[in-house]
Amino acid sequence: MLGLDKRDTLLLIIVSVLAILGPFILNPFPSNSALAQFNAGYPDLMQRFVIFGILAIGFNILFGLTGYLSFGHAAFLGVGSYSAVWMFKLLSMNILPAIILAVVVAAVFSVVIGYISLRRSGIYFSILTLAFAQMSYNLAYSVLTPITNGETGLQVYTDDPQYLMGPNSSTVTNLFGLEMRTTHSLDLGGWEFHFNVGYYFCVVMLLLTFYLSVRIFRSPFGLMLKAIKTNQTRLNYTGINTRPYALTAFVISGAYAGLAGGLLAAMDPLAGPERMQWTASGEVVIMTILGGAGTLIGPVLGAGAIKYLENIFSKINENVLQDWFSFLPHDVQEVVVWIFARFTGEGWHLTLGLMFMLVIIFLPGGLVEGSQRIMRLVGIGKAKGKSSGQGEDDEHHPKATPHVAE
Amino acid sequence: MGILEVKNVSKRFGGLQALGDVNLSVNENTVHAIIGPNGAGKSTLLNCFVGKLIPDTGSVMFNGISLLGRKPHEINQLGVSRVFQTPEIFSDLTVFENVMIPCFATRDGAFRMNAINSMTAETSIIEKAEKMLLDVNMQDKRNMHAASLSRGDKRRLEMAMCLSQDPKLLLLDEPTAGMARADTNNTIDLLKEIKATRDITMAIIEHDMHVVFSLAERITVMAQGTPIVEDIPENIKGHPKVQEAYLGTAH
Repeated sequence: MLGLDKRDTLLLIIVSVLAILGPFILNPFPSNSALAQFNAGYPDLMQRFVIFGILAIGFNILFGLTGYLSFGHAAFLGVGSYSAVWMFKLLSMNILPAIILAVVVAAVFSVVIGYISLRRSGIYFSILTLAFAQMSYNLAYSVLTPITNGETGLQVYTDDPQYLMGPNSSTVTNLFGLEMRTTHSLDLGGWEFHFNVGYYFCVVMLLLTFYLSVRIFRSPFGLMLKAIKTNQTRLNYTGINTRPYALTAFVISGAYAGLAGGLLAAMDPLAGPERMQWTASGEVVIMTILGGAGTLIGPVLGAGAIKYLENIFSKINENVLQDWFSFLPHDVQEVVVWIFARFTGEGWHLTLGLMFMLVIIFLPGGLVEGSQRIMRLVGIGKAKGKSSGQGEDDEHHPKATPHVAE
Repeated sequence: MGILEVKNVSKRFGGLQALGDVNLSVNENTVHAIIGPNGAGKSTLLNCFVGKLIPDTGSVMFNGISLLGRKPHEINQLGVSRVFQTPEIFSDLTVFENVMIPCFATRDGAFRMNAINSMTAETSIIEKAEKMLLDVNMQDKRNMHAASLSRGDKRRLEMAMCLSQDPKLLLLDEPTAGMARADTNNTIDLLKEIKATRDITMAIIEHDMHVVFSLAERITVMAQGTPIVEDIPENIKGHPKVQEAYLGTAH
């Protein structure tokens, strides 16, 4: 289907179903139960899951395939957001021109940064991209204030020109009148589910970008990118000019980041320089590695895991913990709460760090490898594990299928 | 006029004269061996052919085209393939993918943004790669990771990759270095077979005299950066200058 083989089609269907049913899957607990705080089915959070999923998918096209580790992807995210907000300020609150400009500007940026950075490889490449991203961040903060509005961040004001704005035009972000913030809530017994227009717009974008990434992984172009990762010397002596290949991958990946940045602005028309900071770049790297670099679905899983930790784990503060452990004797409770508080609430970074370390040491293939091992343990036979196509090996080194069904 | 014409090539690394005024002509459809003791400049010379090094003076012509200043991938696209001392293959990819890549490079050139087709739709490339694996007798290892091959099989695979490009000139840099006798003999047989079935010129750099004398039709002996003798194998064996270069002069 759609030029994909059976395995990839299945994967695409699984991702589609998960994304479309997101509001149900992320809200598994009744809204007034004690576990409700683990629910993540809120429109803004769900949007972020999907948007960072797109960012990680794009990052994976560069890092997972070519092995070039960019430490500056947040720059493209930020550039995308700024471009989108400028479209809101100049034209109207329609998100379509905003997103198109975000992708285009981020792609142009990545051509320039990629062209220069790709003259080096390995750690030098990473440092160059990091330097560019930090430069963008600092420029956005200082010199470029007329464009970026500095520390305050760029936002839409009522006295902005907005040339395409009619008298009846919506004043919130919309797609030809369909407002992104529109949410239908569904009450089912104790459960409450939110269906948000913005979320579903992001899902459409996620599925498009995921599909594109599958096609790239399975194409001769993708094979060349994998060859770059394994042995550039051989590739050069095989008559391949590796630089344009790597640059194309870099630009595609930058455009993905621009799309993610544009979507962030489309959901919430703000853009600040902190979006370009190196921590944001590092986050994408961690997402991709945590989920499984070089696998198709890994980056999406990684992005979900980190955004969940960031937003849900960080909400569990000492008061919540005290409530949980109130059945314990007071002194014991204090100790237990103190220990747990290191890992939750503001301490969620510690949990993330530990998780990252465990994954790197025990599951070099990331969460994808983890789920694969669990499947094997549970006894879903080897044959089935293979046909589900999530094998780290299968993903990373897609076997060329014999030409039977042309 | 040979397929590869090297004229007055010299190369200096700091104080070391690695190559001094090298003249060499490799004739079409021959196996030409370049031998010489360590430090004779054999590898430096080879690196001047493939675009890794640029000679300080002189010219290197391939089929009437100058190779100087061209990048490795451009030289390959002209029809020059290279086998390395330690096999350079794509270890993370399967054997079959390893062979497909050079097929793509030959068909599509140095760069083509071919992300529309799926690999499975590339029937002509798949057929060519299948045939190549059959030629080197590796079709049973098709889906293995290249990294898990034995040393001899890696060499075989690298040859298959080079040959799938139908090169006019194949450069081999000590193709049997570090190999066991059996593997060495297999490689010799493979090279003989290649020579017998194709129109191909080979330039071999080799230490192993057994390999050299089983394959070469012409031999150039180098010492201290310059060729000292060039002749057919029969005349090389007992040549006084060759003995001098390898064993040193008795004072």
